[in-house]
Amino acid sequence: MESGIFHTTYESDMALRRTPWMRWRIYILLVLLAIFPFVANNYYLTLANQIGIVAIAAIGLNILTGFTGQISLGTGGFMAVGAYTSGLLAANLGLPWWLTIIIASIFTALVGGFFGIPSLRLKGLYLAMATLASQQIIEWAIIRSPLTGGVEALVLPMPTVFGRRANTEFGFYWVIFIILILVVFYAVNLFRSKIGRAFIAIRDQDIAAEVMGVNLFRYKILSFATSSFIIGMAGGMLANYRGIVSFERFTIEASIFYLAVIIIGGMGSVSGSIYGAIFMTLVPAILTNLGQTLGGSIPQMAKLIPFIRQGVFGLTIIIFLIFEPEGLAKIWRDIKDYLRLWPFSY
Amino acid sequence: MEKFLQLTLTGLTNGAILSLVALGFVLIYKASDVLNFAQGDFMVVGAFITYGLIVQVGLPWPAGILLAVIFAVLMGVTIERLILRPMIGEPIISVIMVTIGLSSLLRAFVSAIWGTTGRAFPAFLPSDPVNVLGATIGADRLIAIGLVAVLFALFTLFFRYNREGVAMRATADDQQAALSMGISVKRVFAIAWSIAAVTAVLAGIIVANIVGVSLAISFIGLTVFPVVILGGLDSIPGAVVGGVIIGLLQAYMAGYTPSYLALSTVIPFIVLLLILMVKPYGLFGEERIERV
Repeated sequence: MESGIFHTTYESDMALRRTPWMRWRIYILLVLLAIFPFVANNYYLTLANQIGIVAIAAIGLNILTGFTGQISLGTGGFMAVGAYTSGLLAANLGLPWWLTIIIASIFTALVGGFFGIPSLRLKGLYLAMATLASQQIIEWAIIRSPLTGGVEALVLPMPTVFGRRANTEFGFYWVIFIILILVVFYAVNLFRSKIGRAFIAIRDQDIAAEVMGVNLFRYKILSFATSSFIIGMAGGMLANYRGIVSFERFTIEASIFYLAVIIIGGMGSVSGSIYGAIFMTLVPAILTNLGQTLGGSIPQMAKLIPFIRQGVFGLTIIIFLIFEPEGLAKIWRDIKDYLRLWPFSY
Repeated sequence: MEKFLQLTLTGLTNGAILSLVALGFVLIYKASDVLNFAQGDFMVVGAFITYGLIVQVGLPWPAGILLAVIFAVLMGVTIERLILRPMIGEPIISVIMVTIGLSSLLRAFVSAIWGTTGRAFPAFLPSDPVNVLGATIGADRLIAIGLVAVLFALFTLFFRYNREGVAMRATADDQQAALSMGISVKRVFAIAWSIAAVTAVLAGIIVANIVGVSLAISFIGLTVFPVVILGGLDSIPGAVVGGVIIGLLQAYMAGYTPSYLALSTVIPFIVLLLILMVKPYGLFGEERIERV
């Protein structure tokens, strides 16, 4: 029986997965995720794909907000930049879809870096305001620009792999699956590197970090760019997955949604971003299903469902912030800690 | 020239409404350092409650407004007690997000009860056109300007001479010091939130009187951010000046630039970004010096 984790070498202490069981758990999870699309029906695949895309964007936001401490209300706008760049390149220039996603990510990183410039002078509330402004300006530019089609949705050519349609639920599951693994792997390792530690130092106390030799301007911009790269990638993937881009998906509501995802999942936690994505996608889906089941017997209920969803959204944020500000990641950690030493926890 | 006058008047009235919402906003920030994202939703709640009391219950309008104001006080105190007090000492992002959650919750309640379609508001303020220097303007809009002027004067006096007002300024300056001087910080917060809710509800009623009741009113809550940042987050005169500047800019943009660009909706945010880059604490805000 285990009574705790005791390391005898530095290597084992600094390893990503510190016990054999932790490693095995990941392998088992990966195998289960690889089997999943063969056994699940289309509805569950849709949910899984939504969760995947939300999780990728949430990890991107978490790098900026959770790890570097820079509050961003502009996630929706940055995702829109990624989605429209990818969509316009594919629709007008006919570039292959995977290339448009890569270009979109790089372009979004540049835009994010640009809007990150005010962060040198601003922090906290004021930075939140600056990102809110960037969100509104990007939204306005998309609606009013002759290039994007404005309020009309932008239709993308069908993405293909070896001549076969790629954006079926089954096909795109693999795209999302692979990219999510890469992003998680990147993010987890980022915070074991010099850059990631500089981000965390800035979050904890930026003036102290600067005194210790962290170049604030460089690392803040880098954080904005890294975060926007991943968010733009999620945007580009969303565009190709849906086959259609419309600005309504990328309003301030979207920015708020992603902030809620990382708060409920756990700020400054890569796995927390995924838990948050699962929670925030499944809860509305369950409520909608509940409404449809109840809708047969109580028609009044069905009409109220959108409002109940909105209310539950607000209430969840409030309850988590008051009772568990560290989110689902903390709850999960507590459960694991309790079970590890159970029943003899001294 | 006539167009210019007309636009100026429209801008002034819109600016007055913005200032009214901004006043409540600044009040909360001054007292408790909280940026309230739900201020626009307070307006919506106020407008719909008044609508319900006057049209659906059938009360005469003075009674309806009085009850709405009483409701606003209770709402402000309850929200402060239940939601904001546990947030004292939490990081800024938590405080911002909790008011965002609140905004979502309030909107859900309103749309569950009254639906999402806009309705006509019982016009109790006279809206006859009044001639001012050759331009015409609805009387209800002039009343809005008047109300802002009165509230601004009241706030200024309140903060200068009233015991609670002075206590509020002390709390804003240094909570620890205020506590040790025997000021009840909890009481100050409760008062700040109820006053802010009342100003928002009054602003909501005025806007509803002009454009009708709908959820769209809460968009003003977003436009208030540029106003308060421009004026300075902790400055009462700043809220008024900022509101007037943004209101006028929006009116001129709507009048002089092609309407398909819809510049009047984005100009406040461009101003916001510019002022943040040049003078982050706004025109009248107090610069805070940070210590490690």
